Amino acid sequence: MKNPFLNNEHELIRQSIREFAEKEIAPLAYQLDRDEKFSPYLTKRMGEMGLFGMCIPQEYGGQGLDSLSFIIALEEIARVDSSQAGILSVHNSLGIDPIFNLGTQEQKEKYLSDLCSGNQIWAFALTEPNSGSDSRNSITKAEDIGEYWKINGSKTFITNGNTSITRGVTLQTVTGINNGKKEFSTIIVEKGTKGFSAETIHDKMMWRATNTSQLYFNDCLVPKENILGSKGNGSKIMLKSLDSGKLGISAIGVGLAQGAYEMALNYAKNRKQFGKSISNHQAISFKLADMHMKIELARTMLYKACWLKDNNQRFSIEAAMCKLYSSEIAKEVADEAVQIHGGYGLIKEYPIERFYRDQRMLQIGEGTSEIQRIIISKYIGCITK
Amino acid sequence: MKILVCISSVPDTTTKISFTNNSTEFDKSGVQFVINPNDEFGLTKALQLKEANPGSTVSVIHVGSATSDPIIRKALAIGADDAIRINTEAVDALQVANEISVYVKANPFDLIITGKESIDHNGAIVPHALAEILGIPSVSPCIGLEIDGTLAKLTGIVDGGKEEFSASLPVVVGGQKGIVEERDLRIPNMRGIMQARSKPLNIVTASGSASSQKIANFDAPTPKAACKMVDANNMEELVNLLQNEAKVI
Repeated sequence: MKNPFLNNEHELIRQSIREFAEKEIAPLAYQLDRDEKFSPYLTKRMGEMGLFGMCIPQEYGGQGLDSLSFIIALEEIARVDSSQAGILSVHNSLGIDPIFNLGTQEQKEKYLSDLCSGNQIWAFALTEPNSGSDSRNSITKAEDIGEYWKINGSKTFITNGNTSITRGVTLQTVTGINNGKKEFSTIIVEKGTKGFSAETIHDKMMWRATNTSQLYFNDCLVPKENILGSKGNGSKIMLKSLDSGKLGISAIGVGLAQGAYEMALNYAKNRKQFGKSISNHQAISFKLADMHMKIELARTMLYKACWLKDNNQRFSIEAAMCKLYSSEIAKEVADEAVQIHGGYGLIKEYPIERFYRDQRMLQIGEGTSEIQRIIISKYIGCITK
Repeated sequence: MKILVCISSVPDTTTKISFTNNSTEFDKSGVQFVINPNDEFGLTKALQLKEANPGSTVSVIHVGSATSDPIIRKALAIGADDAIRINTEAVDALQVANEISVYVKANPFDLIITGKESIDHNGAIVPHALAEILGIPSVSPCIGLEIDGTLAKLTGIVDGGKEEFSASLPVVVGGQKGIVEERDLRIPNMRGIMQARSKPLNIVTASGSASSQKIANFDAPTPKAACKMVDANNMEELVNLLQNEAKVI
């Protein structure tokens, strides 16, 4: 459908990435999901397509495109495989962007070119075993000991944290207490630093071709200059990164829903029961009509939020609404798509089974649906002190 | 070596064809247009030749209106150096060949690659007509093309076999699958799309070549009827169906 936010270049980007995803990612998705395997090869190929650092300038290895282009890329990858879309979203929004936005010239030159090429990936570590939605409750500590930060603590559910090509991690730490309030700072820790270890979390239900890990810091010493941005601005970095990350999750929701819807439509047109294609039965056609409508609404809201971001306007509330709405409709669409597939929808041979599992991530990652509702209800003035 | 690739804009292969204006026009509403697949094989070959022969350039040329600019940008994003759009509606093959020939006479090329035919009208006229007007050799359909100095070695198709040709440049080549394989086709990457922004797309006024063709009306072919399968041993049933249902014997 025509969309007023899109120009010809966006359309070309969509066609190109769709072709790439169908040719190169789709044939591998089933096996990578089954074997719970992160693919450095596909990461490298996404790098060669120019999908990493899409929105940062070419001088740092990026492409200099707008954030809507990146959102379209995510949609198209998620249309065939949420795992690869997850890797792309996290690596760009939480890996590359904070380094580009806040890094010193040295930090940018040191890391960005390999991160944009897909030779290496980066992680952002916020969640801890006892602090998820309540991120201010995190306790991983970085002590100032002269030339170094001494880091102690652990992080969990960290995407891209422990692959063979992970270069490092942007770590959210407590660096002190000011007026009774915790002071947060973000610190770059490279893989291989003494005292830093990582362990992959296995047996996930969804995004099985992504790497999810637990990170441990045990008297881990990193040079003072590894701080990202200034001391004490960790919360700001986190919130800003998460706003963009929410648009990413929203795009994955729209893309996943689009893929699920297309599979269901195609199945319904070909599956015959009671003498005709089941798409001719109103019970099925109404489901498909609702799916199509929900996707179109979610997509248009997402593009509006991107427009705000690309025009340097605030988009936090819009990001929360997009993240919430897209992830919820992804659930509804994937669920109905399984229903339309009937018994076949329960078999792994049909990709809809994977889509049904993968969508479950979206209501939890990058701020749960409940947290998004808190943000929106605060914005409309429901919460009084 | 200066290479020119002629690209045509055609409906995506999955398009459902319908007609408008009393069945005298193809209904373009909601249709996704793409580079004619035969032209894309040719364009890919041109890019390979450019890479193998440093200093070469690849230009693309299209006869059509601004609505075709997206497919021209795609050609630039894949790797063509510049593009020319002759600003007039493409009406028939002879008009298109004439328009391109006027440009080529003023701006000579060593090698001109077209598709063997477009996949909408399937005329298969442009490569031969263009070569004829320019007075140079042509091979179409062509499934093999190598350049050796100023000599082109070409492989054409004949019934049940292949033909080998050699011709001095310049030549016109009508490409199809085989001149490169499907796996060789290129997907524009983001860098290519960004670079395409600043590559020249020159809009050229049409010479006004007359078209000799008028569409009376289009007819869609009758849809294929459902296929009935008859067991190989059941000759009686087959004869019965052919005689009484299909009424062909």
